[in-house]
Formats: sequence, structure tokens, C-alpha cells
Amino acid sequence: MASTAENHYYVPEGAYWPLVGSVGLATTTGGLAAWLNESSLGQPIFYVGMAILVIMMFGWFGTVIRESESGQYRPWEDKSFRLGMSWFIFSEVMFFAAFFGALFYARVYSVPWILGEGAGANTHEWLWSSFTEIWPTNGPADMGGSDFHMGWWPLPFLNTAILLTSGVTVTIAHHAVIKNDRTRFILGLAATVALGFIFVYFQMVEYQEAYHEGMTLQSGIYGSTFFMLTGFHGFHVSMGAIILLVVLIRAIRGHFTPTRHFAFEAAAWYWHFVDVVWLGLFIFVYIL
Amino acid sequence: MNAALTDTDHHDDHHHGPAPGLMRWVTTTNHKDIGTLYLWFSLLMFFIGGFMALIIRTELFQPGLQVVDPHFFNQMTTMHALIMIFGVVMPAFVGLANWMVPIMIGAPDMALPRMNNWSFWILPFGFTMMLSTLFMDGGGPAGGWTLYPPLSLQGGDGFPFLIFSIHILGISSIMGAINIVATIMNLRAPGMTFMKMPLFVWTWFITAYLLIAVMPVLAGAVTMLLTDKFFGTAFFTAAGGGDPVMFQHIFWFFGHPEVYILILPSFGIVSEIIPTFSRKRLFGYASMVYATSSIALLSFIVWAHHMFTVGMPLSGELFFMFATMLIAVPTGVKVFNWVATMWRGAMTFETPMLFALGFVIMFTIGGFSGVMLALAPVDFQYHDTYFVVAHFHYVLVPGAIFGIIAAVYYWIPKWTGNMYDEKLGKIHFWVSTIFVNLLFFPMHFVGLAGMPRRIPDYAVQFADFNAIATIGAFGFGFSQIIFVVVLLKCVKGGEKATDQVWEGAEGLEWTLPSPAPYHSFTDQPEVK
Repeated sequence: MASTAENHYYVPEGAYWPLVGSVGLATTTGGLAAWLNESSLGQPIFYVGMAILVIMMFGWFGTVIRESESGQYRPWEDKSFRLGMSWFIFSEVMFFAAFFGALFYARVYSVPWILGEGAGANTHEWLWSSFTEIWPTNGPADMGGSDFHMGWWPLPFLNTAILLTSGVTVTIAHHAVIKNDRTRFILGLAATVALGFIFVYFQMVEYQEAYHEGMTLQSGIYGSTFFMLTGFHGFHVSMGAIILLVVLIRAIRGHFTPTRHFAFEAAAWYWHFVDVVWLGLFIFVYIL
Repeated sequence: MNAALTDTDHHDDHHHGPAPGLMRWVTTTNHKDIGTLYLWFSLLMFFIGGFMALIIRTELFQPGLQVVDPHFFNQMTTMHALIMIFGVVMPAFVGLANWMVPIMIGAPDMALPRMNNWSFWILPFGFTMMLSTLFMDGGGPAGGWTLYPPLSLQGGDGFPFLIFSIHILGISSIMGAINIVATIMNLRAPGMTFMKMPLFVWTWFITAYLLIAVMPVLAGAVTMLLTDKFFGTAFFTAAGGGDPVMFQHIFWFFGHPEVYILILPSFGIVSEIIPTFSRKRLFGYASMVYATSSIALLSFIVWAHHMFTVGMPLSGELFFMFATMLIAVPTGVKVFNWVATMWRGAMTFETPMLFALGFVIMFTIGGFSGVMLALAPVDFQYHDTYFVVAHFHYVLVPGAIFGIIAAVYYWIPKWTGNMYDEKLGKIHFWVSTIFVNLLFFPMHFVGLAGMPRRIPDYAVQFADFNAIATIGAFGFGFSQIIFVVVLLKCVKGGEKATDQVWEGAEGLEWTLPSPAPYHSFTDQPEVK
């Protein structure tokens, strides 16, 4: 199966979008850092950077879509994209693992130790003898005021149902595109996107409720782990929904065939990934 | 690797060469261009990080405070580490992977060429951001490269810039690693099975998995630092139910696999060079692959040996001690195989071989001091002393860095088409080796005697050894100028290299012309 001239791996010629992306990334993060330092220039620089990044994504992904539609990619190139996407998702899993690790460490070690468990340390006795909360807790110093447990009923449960349903609808769309049932494909995708945005909306309602009750990001280790885990998850759901929206628009424009629809599959993988992370959150953050 | 090769001719007529002008380097998607960019970038950062090391050693030449103020000294120790790790060793390895992996497996290029460009070009932006913190209010990061809170949270204006620069470097590493994995899995030439891959490709394959697994964890850890400082979270604040020690656990879950990221590709390089100059096949190829995989797997369950003195349950101390000592077994397998490869070989000692041999001997010294540090009871004595500094510099400088230098000497005839100046190369090796030992060996003694690391002053009884180390540092630093001279001479001209370059060399890269054409293996060779 030695390659022939018609069967060369596609290596694109010079690309400008990565440079735009580098400038955008540096501007965004530099602006955000200056903003955090309370420099008045920070905020506008940050927004300029974001704009550059959005332009980069339109340009870069647009190029890739055009190349794909003009038939530059065959199964060989397709496999590289598949590998790239799978290992990218794995790296995302490890990012969430850091925050889940923080949650488990706090619940299994640091809070019990502050409560006086374990040998040798007298921190509880000498520093915080009145501290008795186990979980949820905002710590012995009562950081960030009130604390309460974010129950799993009703909104989180509803959101679990929404996300699981969206996993089904995206699978329906997948089966439909393979069978070349365009209507079903587009409807399945549209339902998935809609469910995704409804999920994000309910998350925002829940956040507002929490902040109203005084449970904030500043509410000690419980508030920190709760909002960072659900916050990063919500951000990933939003990204996934936007990716699916782009795929939906492409589907409406007639892209994707029963055999070639990698962008759809990548978006679906990503969607299942945020789904699985949510199940972890639902169990470890809300129920237990 | 004793693959019989066919179909290695090249049809470059339908392909453009490099675009003219400077924009070629900015927009390039060619793995060789990008590899070259990585390598030059790494060399530049090597001198910046080395300059910082010389500031440290100048201050430590004599006891007392004389040259820099302690806060600046702390910035130098912190930045020296960050630059050497993220700016020198990692980019150099990625550069070598970019240059060599495709031509060692018979691939037309890297699997994702545009992303390849991006993973390089965000590095200069990231490091500009990181270095710019030195000129900000409060100076650069000064709490050590490990960024332990609460100390690291007390930085000045530079803090958020530091955090974001680490995010950027992490993004670069993850993209680079994904690209290497995709290239190795998808673009191998027909017949190039996994167990026929050159060991440099194997070690990089495993390193790439380590990178994909742990760089996101570092990103998570520094994100928590950022939110603790600016958004009122309590991950590392006991008053809020968090724990500063938790940061150390998360950090070292990244940090320990990271130290193998910094050495595994050098293992691969040495495993390429020693067989060539011994004119024998590598002894125990399969065991090398399994040993590298074992080291990588074990690296995920040993992290807390960096924190024996922090306060851990006894069961934790014991587990992490024994798990760490276990790593000596696959590492020993590797050293044994290198020695066995040389056994009764027809050896010659060209510069790459000298650096590879220096690697084997001096890396092993660092490995032995590593086993000493793995013993929890004695680590209570060694922790945070110069003994630790001696240990990790032995594995990183005459280890990782010597591996990189060996790789450059080994493959530069293939890159430029010219032989380097052998005489200068040998001089470079001998002065580097003498001075690097002068620099780091005395640190074992002062460390065992109790000299703490990261302190700009020390007790007078450590004065002699510190003076010797400083002389070694300047000697080692300036001898790298020889390296630059050799590189520039070789790029400009010199004796023409043959395609085979080295008499005993085997592998696909030696079937290409020297210098390797801009696009190689557009038609893949068949490996039998």
C-alpha cells in the first residue's frame, strides 16, 4: 500500500491564522491580567483580544471547512483529526480531574484534619476548637458568610434529565446522518443545541438563587469547589452547544454525508464528554 | 531497527520549496522549519536561563550578601527554573521530535501541520509575558518555580501574567504532544510496526501521553492559585476549609510526570546514538520499550516523595517511598541495556557518542542520589538542601541537556548537509564535562552538611565548595559559546556529509539525502 502521487497526505501551505491566534491569545490573557491588576486599560485590551480570537476561529475553521468541502481530506487525514480530538478530550478530562481532586482532597483530608482527625496535629484543639461542620462547610473562619448545601432537587435533577436527553438526541442525529435522513439529522441536532442552552439557562437560574441566599464563590472550600467545578462545566457546555450550533448551520447548508461527517462526530464526542462530567458532578457535588 | 528499505526516492518537482523571505518562518507548516524554530528558540532561552544561573552563582561565590538583593535573588532562582524547564528542555525536545519523528517513521510531515505552527508560535508570546514580570511592580515570581501558596500569592503585579504565561506554555505543550501522538499513530510508513519504531520515537510517544495527562492538571492548579488570589476562593486557605498542602499534591501530580517528560526523550536519543557508534544493534529493544512505559506509569503514583517533610500520614510516606524506589528497576534496565550494547562493540568516540556516554555515567550519578532522596527517613535530612539541587541538576544538565546536545551533534549533518567541526565538538564535550562536575558535584557535600537551597547567603564553612561551584558555573556557561560557534560554522559550511553520515547508523532518516529535502517521504517508503 505504498502511497501514490494521487494519495499524498494533505500538508497545507503557509498559514496566517496561527499568528493571529498567538496575538489574540497574548492580548486576551495580557488584558485579563492587567484587568485583575486593576489597570483601566486591561478590560478594553481583553475585549480586543477576545475579538481577535473570534476572528481567528472564523478564519481558521472556515479554511478547514472549505478544504473539507472541496474534498482535500480523505480517510487518512480524517484519522489525524479523530486522534487529535480524542486526545484533546482526554486532556480536558485531566483538567477536570484537578478540580475533582481538590474536592476529594478537601472532603477526605483537609476538612477532617481541621476537625481534629488524624494523629499528631493539634490544630483543632488550639486553633478552631469550636469548628464542627463536616460538609458542606465554608471553613472554620466562616469564609464568605452563610453556607448551605446545594440540593440535587429540583433544578440539578432536571438538568441531569436535560443533558441525558440531549445525549439521546445527538445520537438520533448521528444515526440519521448515516442513513442520510437529513430532516431527522437537522431536527436531532437542533434539539440537542436547544437542550444545551436550556441547561445553561437553568444553571444561571441556580447560580442566581445561590448568590441570593449568600452561597457564593467566596463561601470557603464548599463554594470554591462548587462554583469552579460547575462553572467550568457550564463553560464547556456553552462551548459544546456553540460547536453543535455551527455543525447545525453547516448541516442546514447541506454539509456532511453518510460517510464523511467528522466535524459532527467530534462535536458529539465533546457533547458526551460534558455529559459524563456532569454525571460526576451530579453524584459527587450534589448528591453525596 | 534493521529495516530493509525500498522506495526512498523523492518526487519534489510538484512541491514548492520554502517560501522566500522572513514570513516563511512565521507561516510555515513544514515540520523541519518548525523543528528549527523550536531549536533556535530553545538555544536562546538556554542563554537567558543560564545568565540567571550565573547571577545566582555570582551571589553565592562568597558568603554574605554582596551582589544582588535577596528578593531579586529569589526571582532569579524561580525564573531560572521556569525558563530552563518550559523554555529550554521542553521546546528542544519538541523541536527534535518535529525534525526527526516524521523522517524516522517515514511520514510526509506532522499530522496536524497548522496546529504545529501554532504550538510553536505561542511560545515566544508566552515567554515574553513571563519575562516581562521581572520589570513589573513587585518584580517577577520569587516563591520558587513550584509556586507554593501562600508565598506565591504574595507576588506583585506580575502574578496574573505569570499564571497566564503558564497557561499559554501548557496549551503549547498539549498541542505539540497531541500532534506527535497523531503523527506516530497515523503517519507511520507501511511496515513500520510499533515494535520496529526507533526508540527516540517510542520515548517521545510515551512522553506525549505524559504531557497530555499532566499539563491540564498544572493548568488547573495555577487556575486555583489565580482564583484564590483574585476571586476569593479558599482552595489553599485552611480558614476556609482548604489546605495549602493540597496545592503541593496537585502540583506534584503534574510535577513528577513532568520530570520524566524532561528525561525520557533523552533516553531515546542515547538509545539511538550508542548502537550507532558501537556498531551493534541496541541490546534489549523490547525491554527498553517496556522499561520506558513502566517508568511513565510509575511516575503517576510517586508524586508525594517531593513532600515527605510536609506532614503526611505514615502510610503515605511508606507508599510513596517504596513506589519511588521501584522506579530504579526499569531505569536500571535501561542503563544495563546501554552498557550491554557497548559490550564488545566496535566503538568509536565521535562527539555525539561522547555526550551520550557522559549522559549514561552522569545521569546514573543523578539516579543514585535520587534513590537516596526516595528514602523518606533520610529525606528528612536532605529535603530542601543543596543535595536536592545537586541531584536534579545531575539528571537535568549532564542528563537531559547532554542528551539534547548529543542529538544535535548526531543529526546536524542531516539537517545542514555539513559535518560539524569534530575537534571543536570534542573540546566542547570535555570542557563541559569537567566544568559541569566542578559545578554540581560540590553541591552534594554542602547539601549533606546542611546548606539550604534558595537562600542567597550561607554559613562560612560552605565557602570553599561554593567558590568551586561558581567557577564551574562560569566555566560551563562560557564553554557553551563553543557550541554556538560549532553550530554556526556547521550551518555556514564545512565538509559535506554523506547520506549515511555515520558508519553504523541505521534507520529511515539516513536514507534521505543530506541535507534532508524540504519535503521528505511524500511517497512513503516500505519498511520490511
